[in-house]
Amino acid sequence: MNIDNETIAKMAHLARLDVNPNEQASLLKDMNNILHFMEKLNELDTSTVEPLIYLTDEVNVFREDEVQTEVSPADALKNAPMQDGTYFQVAKVIDKG
Amino acid sequence: MKTEQKTLSQEVFEKYELVVGLEIHAQLSTATKIFSSDSAAFGAAPNHHISLVSLGLPGSLPKLNKKVVTFAIKMGLATNCTINRVNRFDRKNYFYADLPKGYQITQDEMPICQRGYVAITLKDGSERKIRLNRIHMEEDAGKSIHDRDQRSSLIDLNRAGVPLIEIVSEPDIRSAEEAAAYLSEVRKLVRYLDICDGNMEEGSLRCDANISVRLKGDTEYGSRCEVKNLNSIRNLQRAVNYEFKRQVQLIEEGIKIEQNTLNFDAATGVTSVLRSKEMAYDYRYFPEPDLPPLTLSEELIQQIKDELPELPEQRVKRYRESFALSEYDAQLLTSDKAVSDYFQEVVNHTSNYKAAANFINGPVQSYLNENPAENIKMKLPAESVALIISLVDDGKINNTAVTQQLFPALVKNPGVDVLDMVQELNLLIDTDSDGLLKYIDQAVSMYPDKVTEYHKGKKGVLGLFMGEVMKLSKGKIDPKTANKLIVEKLDLLK
Amino acid sequence: MLSFHRNTYFHAMHQYSSLKSVQSEIKEGKIQLVELVEGYLQRIEEKKHLNAFVEVYADEAKLRAAEIQKKIINGNAGKLAGMILGIKDLICYKDHNISAGSKILENYNSIFSSTVVERILAEDAIIIGRQNCDEFAMGGSNENSYFGPVKNDADNTKVPGGSSGGSAVAVQADLCMASLGTDTGGSVRQPAAFCGVVGLKPTYGRVSRHGIIAYASSFDQVGPITKSVEDAALLLEVIAGHDDHDSTCSTAPVPAYSQQLSFTGKKRIAYLPETLNSDGLDPEIKAITENTIKRLIEEGHEVEPISFPYLDYVVPTYYILTMAESSSNLARYDGVHYGYRSQNAVDLESTYKKSRSEGFGDEVKRRILLGTFVLSAGHYDAFYGKAQKVRRLIREKTDEILENHDFILLPTTPGPAFGIGEKTDDPVVMYLADIFTVQASLAGIPAISLPVAISKSNLPLGIQFIGKRFGEAELLAFSKYVLNVTKKEVV
Repeated sequence: MNIDNETIAKMAHLARLDVNPNEQASLLKDMNNILHFMEKLNELDTSTVEPLIYLTDEVNVFREDEVQTEVSPADALKNAPMQDGTYFQVAKVIDKG
Repeated sequence: MKTEQKTLSQEVFEKYELVVGLEIHAQLSTATKIFSSDSAAFGAAPNHHISLVSLGLPGSLPKLNKKVVTFAIKMGLATNCTINRVNRFDRKNYFYADLPKGYQITQDEMPICQRGYVAITLKDGSERKIRLNRIHMEEDAGKSIHDRDQRSSLIDLNRAGVPLIEIVSEPDIRSAEEAAAYLSEVRKLVRYLDICDGNMEEGSLRCDANISVRLKGDTEYGSRCEVKNLNSIRNLQRAVNYEFKRQVQLIEEGIKIEQNTLNFDAATGVTSVLRSKEMAYDYRYFPEPDLPPLTLSEELIQQIKDELPELPEQRVKRYRESFALSEYDAQLLTSDKAVSDYFQEVVNHTSNYKAAANFINGPVQSYLNENPAENIKMKLPAESVALIISLVDDGKINNTAVTQQLFPALVKNPGVDVLDMVQELNLLIDTDSDGLLKYIDQAVSMYPDKVTEYHKGKKGVLGLFMGEVMKLSKGKIDPKTANKLIVEKLDLLK
Repeated sequence: MLSFHRNTYFHAMHQYSSLKSVQSEIKEGKIQLVELVEGYLQRIEEKKHLNAFVEVYADEAKLRAAEIQKKIINGNAGKLAGMILGIKDLICYKDHNISAGSKILENYNSIFSSTVVERILAEDAIIIGRQNCDEFAMGGSNENSYFGPVKNDADNTKVPGGSSGGSAVAVQADLCMASLGTDTGGSVRQPAAFCGVVGLKPTYGRVSRHGIIAYASSFDQVGPITKSVEDAALLLEVIAGHDDHDSTCSTAPVPAYSQQLSFTGKKRIAYLPETLNSDGLDPEIKAITENTIKRLIEEGHEVEPISFPYLDYVVPTYYILTMAESSSNLARYDGVHYGYRSQNAVDLESTYKKSRSEGFGDEVKRRILLGTFVLSAGHYDAFYGKAQKVRRLIREKTDEILENHDFILLPTTPGPAFGIGEKTDDPVVMYLADIFTVQASLAGIPAISLPVAISKSNLPLGIQFIGKRFGEAELLAFSKYVLNVTKKEVV
């Protein structure tokens, strides 16, 4: 299959990335190249194969419902790009509703 | 923009059938969050109930709270669901400021419960079963505040990671009344199970409605719209009714219904578009690799089943059979678990079940409606209620006095002995019939024209005289005796 | 300022050979641990051009050395006392910056330590600094780091490999005694091969991922990069084992790996002929692999070719799955709660798009886009779903081979370290360089790269052994034996 610029734009939006117009062409070429490479898997018949989802044999890994406070509010905000001592701040969301 | 609610005739509307499915999110009342050990309690200062996991810090990993699983199974059992012995978590990927990881951990492909039902009873007495599609576990997001600061939105992650169960119904609901009954029943159930406090105003129970219409007799579903975040049963009804009309109007005008996500404005009663279908999100669900799957044992499920409290439906049946109460009384008594528990305690001390039901469905319920968070048990112990009932039964105080004077006084002064309060308020029925006759004479002489009316056949004015006698005697009369004597007196005056 | 005495002392006496000798020399008063640290600090400075370290914890390391010295003398020191190591810039260390080799975390300070760091510190290791790596572990050459490329000490025009390039070079060039790297598809083993050191990827779930910046959650494992198998065994012993924080971490007991290194008996080893006939396999690497086979047969072991029909599918399977998982794992870098926020952010959407586009490098962005695509509606089954199924085929076949054999022998890489900037324009060619390392990652089993030879152009050459699930003890003992028996060869 081949993807087009529109697909890249859709994926970029889903991933919240901007694609530089200069890079558009080479990105398209590379991505098609890689996807074509990935399609090699179609050579294998997997119709009776279950997907491998978990690499661990562990199941039912639980924790007890007991409060533990490990992080102070100050530490929570420590790496925030913008905060007012109480909240994380982000430039205003414009309501597109 | 509000669609002009053109006056289509009732006939036109009756051609159409309303189809509603509800998605209810219930915040579970566990001590900690679903995937981390920070507190899940409501009301803390912003960004105080946080942890590495709820902050989504690099290198943090989730770990499942066992109690969440137990609570989800409880709800599944209470709603006749199949409990999926094997179930797992998935990632739902999207971006929003209150979602620190950029994905929500939820259950998509293999939820913990499937295919149950909730039974509802409507005003006309008819019963319906609303089928459930699934119940699954997931985490709540944080909160964004957009209207406090002019230039920035404020984010509080206290709520990020609070455990939720999402209860998804099939589109079986056919009216606003059914929707309300269903939501009400679900709310009742989560409170009975003690897994969620069901507080819609505070957001611990939230409801989204998927609404579509179709011509009666059609088997295909129409395009549906999702109305999000309805925060009260009343708003649910209003939104459903509004949407029904809006969609029918559009169809009648030949306009196709756009599959949109809508917001309901409680102030104006109108829905508006929040997200259009083109902006419909691709969540790219895939299995959560950081959490191993669940394989629930039969022992665990049986253990939880054994520990289930008596459910409202079972209680109603029991109240009708053991206490000979009417369906109406039983339903009202069981509508709130705390109240129902209270009733059960009271009937441990009295066998006048009807009186107990009336007392609780009457003054107690009114009081609780005004004071919703009250713990009535603390204000008025069950034994006291039983005592009051026996006093009335023995003819020592009358019911009106109980409702209008004794009960309010007792709840205002908890701890005061019932008999002391009766004395203090001077409520003991005066058995001295002379006193009673005096009051009757007084009352009768105050309304000579009413006496005439009575003689003319207007028996209703008896109530007026009774009320007056009650007032004059400050409630210290036995109504039955008083009624007899008033009638005698009036007849005498003929 | 370091004295002349310490300088010569270090060079004369301290080509580090073993932790035991360090510990005994400290106990005997022959050296001071602080001097040792200073010696390494000086060497790091001298070899600054390699760009192996993003940050050096000079003062801290010296202070700690003084404390640990005392404990060694008093006889109450931990297992790693005397060990000076570095950690990859993906391993969280409380109150220290960590950047994942990326601008998007350039000034991020971790408020907690990873479990592996807690465990090595509890055993009195000294962490001398954090090491350069490919951005978010995405790369095989350490040319994708925001902090600049890392150079191979054997030849400064060559790459050290990646993504744990800095970690491997640091050990190669004696900038520290050992490193902790991470291996997702070969990121410990491949740079170990390029740099002539030992690199181990443990069984998936053997070591906790708590505090490891996630690249691909069902692949990532912390692994030691060391001069000797003994050190790898000791480090694994310390870091491995159940961790309450990590739900995927195994509850299987941890053997005392460092005590189980003596090797006896004869083993059954499989080699995969498809690997030796692989397109573009460097003839010298083919030769050392064949020589190893010969050597092992000479020593009385059974070595036989076993077909592995899925070799051509391991790389696409690996990349579909890791790109998908990482596209989700990297969604948290959004400029909102931590990390880089663009100056051009005027609302939420631009905060996301500008911060991420400015903060991430090109390779990361490309993988996120592809990962998003393979999970997207309409493509999930054909790509992600398909890859999960092929992963099962690969794992089952590999497990099957290991049911009848103790180890699998194959090259670590298709060639020795390649030139910096020689990076091909074709990303597929670049990804195919992982062909020998991704198999063990897909199967979730342990694998080790051993520095068995030097090439004609003086570049290190490594070979790889894959072991059974949770079979690190056997794998390490055998590895130590192999190194002895093959001794560094010049091809």
